[in-house]
Amino acid sequence: MIWWRAIAVAALVATTPALLAGEIPPDARRSGYSFVSPDTRAMQDDDTSNPGMLFVLDGEALWGKKVGSADKACADCHGDARSSMKGVAARYPAFEKALGRPITLDQRIKLCRANHQQASPLPYESRDILALSAFVAHQSRGFPITAGDDPQLSAFVAQGRSLFMQREGQLNLACTNCHDDNFDKHLAGSPITQAQPTGYPIYRLEWQTLGSLERRLRSCMTGVRAQAYDYGAPELVALELYLMSRARGMPMETPAVRP
Amino acid sequence: MARSKVYIAVLLASVIHVANAGADELVPYEITGDGITTSLTGAPGDVARGRTLVLARTTTCILCHSGPFPETRFQGDLAPDLTGAGNRWTVSQLRLRLVDASRFNPDTIMPSYYRNKGFVRVGRNYAGNPILSAAEIEDIVAYLATLRD
Ligand code: HEC
Ligand code: HEC
Repeated sequence: MIWWRAIAVAALVATTPALLAGEIPPDARRSGYSFVSPDTRAMQDDDTSNPGMLFVLDGEALWGKKVGSADKACADCHGDARSSMKGVAARYPAFEKALGRPITLDQRIKLCRANHQQASPLPYESRDILALSAFVAHQSRGFPITAGDDPQLSAFVAQGRSLFMQREGQLNLACTNCHDDNFDKHLAGSPITQAQPTGYPIYRLEWQTLGSLERRLRSCMTGVRAQAYDYGAPELVALELYLMSRARGMPMETPAVRP
Repeated sequence: MARSKVYIAVLLASVIHVANAGADELVPYEITGDGITTSLTGAPGDVARGRTLVLARTTTCILCHSGPFPETRFQGDLAPDLTGAGNRWTVSQLRLRLVDASRFNPDTIMPSYYRNKGFVRVGRNYAGNPILSAAEIEDIVAYLATLRD
């Protein structure tokens, strides 16, 4: 796939923030795609076998559906997502002026639903929010990640970075212990990846469904026996933002397939 | 990992009494040299139970370690193979390693199995408890001591 080959190039041209010891240099970054089996890669590459594409199709239908007391569809404000949503997911989490802090793409969709459609809220991780977010993020497939470029976000990126470096939980492990220092090794049977957030929401074979980046982060936290942050918590958003800025220049893959 | 650094830290820590103030469920233990010479339960552990524990996913050892366990494919490679651990370490050293590996190497990723304080955001179900009980530590120590090449 052409968009896939763009990875190496994009990684090389990305601007480099100062790295702390142990952090991965830009040209050594690899998507989770490069850690999975050839079968899983083939499943991701072929839209007719990628189970995440079913959610993208559902999302497309929801995009055009009028809902709420405003009786408006996403399309009534944003038109054809194929042009209006190009590259949008690649810059999320993005700074939200009204709140004075970054929000995720899912939170943006929830805000649109509340403020512009005046419709019932979609719970985190519900099929509809995942479908909409997969549909929107799919419009960025192959686009280089730009999240974190906004200078108003720098304090939040820094917060995410310190959370990534912080040991936590009863096992007393930090994200960096596994994902910077030990990628390519195996935790029990599973390969440890670099935790690049390029393909979210992802179809995870173990989950038998699509899931958000927050769901993935929460399961790593539970894995080290830490108290996972609630969906939408500012700490999770900051971690997401750090991960996206750490992956700056890498191409989006949504919907990726992971074991 | 830097063993020399480990030994220096351990020597400095010679004969520290760990009182575990406020952590009533932990048995107090005494570090002598680079180990804990006395059994945490006052009795020797059970080798067979120790092997079962090391292999149990919930004990977490084989998330990181491999060892002489032909029956399981799911072993980690973040840490040394446990084969021969009984040749390399004394029972006393093995006990301290399990109780609090960070006393050997402050940067280690190996969890402290008999500690219940000084952690960040421990999950509700685990808060206030060590990963393993004193009896489980003794069973595992007894098993590791049998791992001779
Ligand atoms: C003890 C090791 C360990 C720690 C600590 C850990 N993870 Fe993970 N993480 C893994 C493993 C193993 C996987 C791959 C699991 C799988 O897909 O089967 C993974 C997967 C991920 C992924 C998915 C990457 C992809 O390609 O989709 C992300 C993102 C991630 N982790 C972020 C984090 C963050 C953030 C933290 C800290 C809050 C963290 N991890 C802590 C082991 C760890
Ligand atoms: C998250 C990773 C991790 C887990 C889980 C873990 N260890 Fe370790 N262990 C290590 C590492 C890394 C070392 C190498 C020395 C160091 O870093 O302290 C080590 C060293 C050891 C050693 C000394 C090895 C040698 O021969 O030099 C023994 C014995 C040991 N571990 C036993 C265990 C047992 C038993 C368990 C479970 C109760 C366990 N470990 C769980 C990471 C881990």
